[in-house]
Amino acid sequence: MVWPADLTRRATFGRRHLASGLPDAISQGSSSSLQQREHPAPPGLLAPSRSGERLGDRVFRYGVLLLALSVPILVVALLISMLLQAAPALGRFGLAFLWSSSWNPVTEEFGVLPAIYGTVVSSVIALLIAVPVGIAGAIFLVEFSPPILSRALSVLIELLAAIPSVVIGLWGLLVLVPALEPIQLALGSAVGFIPLFSGPPLGIGMLAAGLVLAVMVLPIITAVVRDILQAVPRSQHEGMLALGATHWETISRVVLPYGRNGIVGATILGLGRALGETLAVTMVIGNTYQISPSLFAPSTTLASLVASQFREADSALYLSALVGAGLVLFVIAVLVNVIARLLVWQVNSRGLSPSTGGA
Amino acid sequence: MAADHLTVSLSRRVTNGAMKALCTVAAVFASSMLLLLLGYVLVNGIRYVNWEFLTTLPKPLGEEGGGMANAFVGSFIMVGLASVWSIFVGIGTGVYLAEYAGQRTGPSIRFIADVLTGMPSVVIGIFGYAMLVVPMGTFSALAGAFSLGVITLPIIARTTEENLRLVPRELREASLALGIQRWRTIVSIVVPTAGAGLTTGAMIVVARAMGETAPLIFTALGNRFWAESLTSPTAALTLNIFQYAVSPYDQWHQQAWAASFFLLAIVLVLNVGARALAGQALRR
Repeated sequence: MVWPADLTRRATFGRRHLASGLPDAISQGSSSSLQQREHPAPPGLLAPSRSGERLGDRVFRYGVLLLALSVPILVVALLISMLLQAAPALGRFGLAFLWSSSWNPVTEEFGVLPAIYGTVVSSVIALLIAVPVGIAGAIFLVEFSPPILSRALSVLIELLAAIPSVVIGLWGLLVLVPALEPIQLALGSAVGFIPLFSGPPLGIGMLAAGLVLAVMVLPIITAVVRDILQAVPRSQHEGMLALGATHWETISRVVLPYGRNGIVGATILGLGRALGETLAVTMVIGNTYQISPSLFAPSTTLASLVASQFREADSALYLSALVGAGLVLFVIAVLVNVIARLLVWQVNSRGLSPSTGGA
Repeated sequence: MAADHLTVSLSRRVTNGAMKALCTVAAVFASSMLLLLLGYVLVNGIRYVNWEFLTTLPKPLGEEGGGMANAFVGSFIMVGLASVWSIFVGIGTGVYLAEYAGQRTGPSIRFIADVLTGMPSVVIGIFGYAMLVVPMGTFSALAGAFSLGVITLPIIARTTEENLRLVPRELREASLALGIQRWRTIVSIVVPTAGAGLTTGAMIVVARAMGETAPLIFTALGNRFWAESLTSPTAALTLNIFQYAVSPYDQWHQQAWAASFFLLAIVLVLNVGARALAGQALRR
């Protein structure tokens, strides 16, 4: 969620002038030099001596501390409750749960390998489409587009990131899938001997899931990469142009390398979204438990497995195995998000202090 | 003097032009495809919208007509409850992070909040199921509101923190210098100053909660009738869209389009409203 914070920051920036509406005694101290940077309350500034703290202050401080602690408490509770629920399945199958490919509620044998495969492949398809288009689109927005168009497209992209996934799923199932069928039929009859394009042209399947995911992560990747490109210092640009480089040479040799970590971070952020996306994928992937090399074959992902079978889970072990699949997803999501955030942060902190940006 | 060495070679100029064209094509392709999607849902959806859709319960399968009145009410109730608790706790968390947190607690809570933000919604759904549905023995609107709130809480917390950090330090100092207590400074000076940013954030988060489906599958379940109470299975717009879309019936597909139209309209109005508010504050 990069953009809501960005947007709201603009809102508060704008509100800065509210200060002038306050009594003179309060507003007069504000110097214009401080308008340029953020204003964290440094620890200690607002906390004089703890001993002299008045009752109201103490109650308030403990109150917000308690509220703040609810976040870690929720995450710990989430982890514990999932571990407890998944314990029977994990205890019974052990690590084989990860690489077994049977999912049989009747014989109660469960393994999530096909779901992991489907999750990874559908996300990779999505990224293969969304990353090049997203980066190129972001370059256009920052480097080539006239400012007015750039602003309009930015708003559009941010609005599209807000479309609920179930709506995209509906569109995918009732518009995209029927449109895919003839294409798959043609591809299958032309190059069907390649395993990638073999299989029945159902429309529904891995390709449809990848495309729907691409639509969902494209706005995110574009928005994040745009922010990163904007953070590249102007001086880097100008230096390169002064050396006689063309606009594209400037972008490819200075701007993109400068933002490389951030772009990788944006990609992984998109990956995190794609891996965990549930509804849109559940609606178009066909929910068939198999590992097939074909792009056209119906498949399943960890999230769609849990979402589509949860209501049918009639035995304790079945339910436990589904939660186990959720736990695997949990672990993957945490890893991916941590990596992405570290990379994006690195760029942001560098972008704010050009002096360390070094050429 | 030969001008040769001053002109950019042809191949470099061609590369430059080609890459520029490619980026433009990518931007046009992306925005037109996304615009097409948006337009398709809105135009296709509005065809099936009528008064009956808003005011009546779903009819049994095979009968014409019927609506989703219960799903509208269910969605609003659950999103409302979720917003109330998550905005309250989230703003408190944001205040703590911006005004009180020390060198160790601040970064760790911030980090955990970011991890929670990136959590797949299906995982949050399982959590809600384990925490409320299993102990209560029933699917309910309360459980739905709980899991929706878990999704919005970290977003609210981080938005609040970021906005409070933008409030000039002088405002705090001036207030404290007047002898106003610290909590009173925060509640009456700092938070209201960041008010536009907080409102914008809240609107975006409400829109996000309106569109969530996965957590509700595990908690609210859905209902073809009016929910008797907050502790019984409850219908939601998103749940209905999901269920109707995957069904093989044309009539249900039409209703899914109509529901999508309203859902998208609500989400877009909230987002555009938030944007307008931010823009207005910017001009002031």
